Amino acid sequence: MTRFNAWNVFKNGFTGQKNWDRQWRDPVPKKEYDIIIVGGGLHGLATAYYLAKNHNKKNIAVLEKGWIGGGNAGRNTTIVRSNYMMPGNHEFYEHSLKLWEDLSHDLNYNVMFSQRAHVSLFHSPSARDGAARRYNVMRLHGTDGELWDLDTLKNNIPHLNYDNARFPILGAAVQKRAGNARHDSAVWGYARAADSLGVDILQNCEVTGVKRSQNNIESLETSRGTIKAKKVGFAVAGYTSVLWQMAGLGNLPIESHKLQAFVTEAIKPLLDHVVVYGVGGAHFYISQSDKGSMVFGGDLDWYKSYAQRGNLPIVQDSAEAAMAIMPCLGRIRLLRHWAGVMDMSMDGSFFICKTPLSNLYLNAGWNYGGFKASPASGWYFADLIANEQPHRNVQNHNLERFEKGINIDERGAGPDPKLHG
Amino acid sequence: MIRIKCPYCGERDHSEFTYGGDASVEYPALDASVSDWTKAIFFRENIRGNQKETWHHTNGCRLWLEVERSTITHEIKSVKACHPQIDKITKNNS
Repeated sequence: MTRFNAWNVFKNGFTGQKNWDRQWRDPVPKKEYDIIIVGGGLHGLATAYYLAKNHNKKNIAVLEKGWIGGGNAGRNTTIVRSNYMMPGNHEFYEHSLKLWEDLSHDLNYNVMFSQRAHVSLFHSPSARDGAARRYNVMRLHGTDGELWDLDTLKNNIPHLNYDNARFPILGAAVQKRAGNARHDSAVWGYARAADSLGVDILQNCEVTGVKRSQNNIESLETSRGTIKAKKVGFAVAGYTSVLWQMAGLGNLPIESHKLQAFVTEAIKPLLDHVVVYGVGGAHFYISQSDKGSMVFGGDLDWYKSYAQRGNLPIVQDSAEAAMAIMPCLGRIRLLRHWAGVMDMSMDGSFFICKTPLSNLYLNAGWNYGGFKASPASGWYFADLIANEQPHRNVQNHNLERFEKGINIDERGAGPDPKLHG
Repeated sequence: MIRIKCPYCGERDHSEFTYGGDASVEYPALDASVSDWTKAIFFRENIRGNQKETWHHTNGCRLWLEVERSTITHEIKSVKACHPQIDKITKNNS
């Protein structure tokens, strides 16, 4: 693997930049692996990478039914933040943010992480108090966070609707270390780095059956043949229930819902931050990509679905929300919109845990926020698979938490998956 | 847009309705074990295919409906009122 650095760019300049190695191999599946991760998204590839890097594991495969970057890794809105409050969650997401801060160097791949600040608007004194509580909890745990009054907000983001908004803007809760990263670079970077440590990335390899004995998985039937595994990790958020039932394990505290995202034509620099707006149940977030497109998203489509396409009422809702806070966008044209299928869990928090089968491990339930979580997700999932016991920070992120009454419900929305957006 | 044929109001856009959830869930007896209640409240089959689910005609007649719908194509197979007595009345009306 040729490293990306100035010298190699210079050297390859003599041959027209045509002699770079491929970014990852296309190996033939072996008959057996020590560890198989099902799902070649950000979470699966990060897991394989940290298994090889942190735990010195060999003989690992990542199975991907499509191609790398073709699932939810290519369908998100690229926001990275760690403004979480619940025990377990804030340690986890803060760890993830710290991994993002060094990810380009770690992977030798520019993930274009831009800490441009995440600005969450508030529109009432009680919303401000709620934000103050959340951001104070974050600060007590060593995460940055601050409140901006209206003047500071106006100085930083002059084009919001300060004059005649239906819900007047009073200020914002801000995390300055948060921002965006480039989603494709992150998934390609993890794939390339995992591959260079010997991980076999098997694309077009869909799991079609799970062969198990009483208490463990013996092998996986795939579209590229039967592959035996000593340990198996599922990291297929969106389709977790399908695979779970293939393994004969019954129901999960998860429903699959779809979330849309939108991108407009490119315009000159307009917005330097990630701006989030949430009032009266509506939910909206917007940022500007490095190419100049406005990237935004809103609520879930509100009904369970495995279809990777969005419905029109949400297009309208999101466009209305955009107009409500940034009326200057009124003439901009939408280029594309798409939807990704997500695991919405019953309390809005994820699962990194052991399962009823002795050699199966579960990584699922990423709800709305899987992208930012992916480095830590891989880090803790690899730790679980290697050490056979959950790290302290994810000790309650298991399937038993509901029966024990220790739900990790960041939003306080109750056991209804569609409300945890 | 999904079009749902409400037995009382006729065919309407899904944006008039609120999605409830899986209609196949049956709640256990009040004194059932914590484990049984956990399964009923938190655990779902999450079907990829045809599923029975509840919808509330919030901006219409406010009936709760049981809809059988594909979660892959969104095609609707059947619609009826959840409450069996109401189902009888709406059938008589039509």
